[in-house]
Amino acid sequence: MSSTGVASPGEDIDSRVSGRGLWRSFRTASWLGWQIESNWTDPFLFAIYSFIKPISAAAILVVMYGIITQGDFESPIFTYMYLGNAFYIYVGAVMAGVSWAVIDDREHYKTLKYMYVAPINIPMYLFGRGVAKFIVGSISVFITVVFGMLFLHLNIELTAVNWPLFFIALIIGVVMLALMGLILAGVTLLIAHHVWFLGEAVAGALYLFSGAIFPLEVLPPAIRWIGYIIPITYWLELIRRALVGSVAEAFPTLSNLSNGQILGILIGLTIFFGVLSVFVFRWAEKQARERGLIDMVTNY
Amino acid sequence: MVDHSSVLGPISAKKSTGFRLSLKTVVARAYPRVIGAQREKSWMFFDVFLPMLAVSAYVFVYRAIGAPEEYVGFVVVGGAMTAFWLNVLWSMSSQLYWEKEQGNLALYIMAPNSMMAILLGMALGGMLATGLRAAAILILGSLLFDVQFQVVSFVQLFTVFMLTMIALYGMGMMSASLFLLLSREAWHLSNLAQEPIYLVSGFYFPISSFSFWIAAAASIIPLTLGLDAIRQLVFPTGPALGFLTVRVEIMALVVMSVVFVVAASYMLAHLEKLAIREGRLTESRR
Repeated sequence: MSSTGVASPGEDIDSRVSGRGLWRSFRTASWLGWQIESNWTDPFLFAIYSFIKPISAAAILVVMYGIITQGDFESPIFTYMYLGNAFYIYVGAVMAGVSWAVIDDREHYKTLKYMYVAPINIPMYLFGRGVAKFIVGSISVFITVVFGMLFLHLNIELTAVNWPLFFIALIIGVVMLALMGLILAGVTLLIAHHVWFLGEAVAGALYLFSGAIFPLEVLPPAIRWIGYIIPITYWLELIRRALVGSVAEAFPTLSNLSNGQILGILIGLTIFFGVLSVFVFRWAEKQARERGLIDMVTNY
Repeated sequence: MVDHSSVLGPISAKKSTGFRLSLKTVVARAYPRVIGAQREKSWMFFDVFLPMLAVSAYVFVYRAIGAPEEYVGFVVVGGAMTAFWLNVLWSMSSQLYWEKEQGNLALYIMAPNSMMAILLGMALGGMLATGLRAAAILILGSLLFDVQFQVVSFVQLFTVFMLTMIALYGMGMMSASLFLLLSREAWHLSNLAQEPIYLVSGFYFPISSFSFWIAAAASIIPLTLGLDAIRQLVFPTGPALGFLTVRVEIMALVVMSVVFVVAASYMLAHLEKLAIREGRLTESRR
């Protein structure tokens, strides 16, 4: 280091990949994401918006269920369905949120090229942009679950919850969703704006195949196997077992696997998607740079 | 001497005015929605694929809880009709916001045609393009899940459908005028109006499951009564699960059609003036 405090070329560390650089990218992007998510209206309206959407989505299932079963909310299938639907909010929020940041920055704000010029780590930046969606998603999940407990006899005994399992599963699940979001972000770098529904399409497909709102046994055998290779299936199962252990016993889907085995599968699939996301994003980013797509504005 | 006619065009060219101009405007604005929308194959695919995912999920939910098979039919019909609601939300209500973002709104205002004709073109084009997608969802859903229809009266069914569309797109034209005053919140409001409307309008279950007054309040959305009437006309158990009789619902839809379209023209004129006065036509508040 020279006397002026400036690092000499030989000592120059790429700040984009240093620990401090990664944290700085993540922290700044989190702040930015929160500003974008929340400053379009006053806090009261924002709170109403955050409350109405998830409750309405849950209420559709509740009404459907209530009509057919004449209000049998004590049944384990209701708890299965309700909790799966509630925590699935994270899939749309985190996974689609990380990939949406590419479209938001590239097409709406036209700042993606400046992000590439800035001394930040792009994947960490995208993860940071997903934090705001995670926070809003968490609020929605919390409201939905509390609403179910207070008004729909959702059978969760707080003293019987396996809190360590719950938080471990939640953290691993959110990381898994963020990594899947990075894959989508990479693909989004290469496609035009009108494919904003890519995140929504993938979330919708996973909704169908992950056993979120009905056991996998309901699916035709020809497509049931898809559910067993999706990490979200195991994640939701762990969340249900942590919150209401007895619910899992009512359904044969993963009943032959212990909590430890399911956790192991979830971690394994998360690592797999983590590695895949690194390769896919790097490849897609390289393609986008070579084809001049970083500052593409398609205006569809 | 310079031949100005080659620069300015033949002097005897007839200008379109009045009704002819409005008609040409309607066709011109409908054209991108009918023709242009079909050119992008990914749109066609996802416009059918995404609703089919939701339809499939709800069908499997009903099967998981042992619902009668006609509820599967309700979901398929409701899923097809969500295409129209989403079109009204995103391609009618929010459309002028998108135009403002892209800088076209000022051009619309400056052009010698009426904004009402532009909105009408958007409505007609959207109705047609979405109709194709809704038909695809209906056919696919019916084949995939073996839904059986028993149509009581094709004339009534066609009448209900057309009145629902007129009322619905009239409502879309009203909200398009309102969104002239909005900026980024337009996207969020449209996003907010999805699940709550699916819930109160009974897209996936009979609206008669709610109390009378809740169902009556929800009937302000034309799709509520339209879906209820359609279910009564195409499913054997539909009448038993209906909210009002088909006749009453048709009359209500007629009233809504007239009121919404007339209100749209007044709102558009008033809100256009307000937006011009407050300088909201070209602002881009991100």
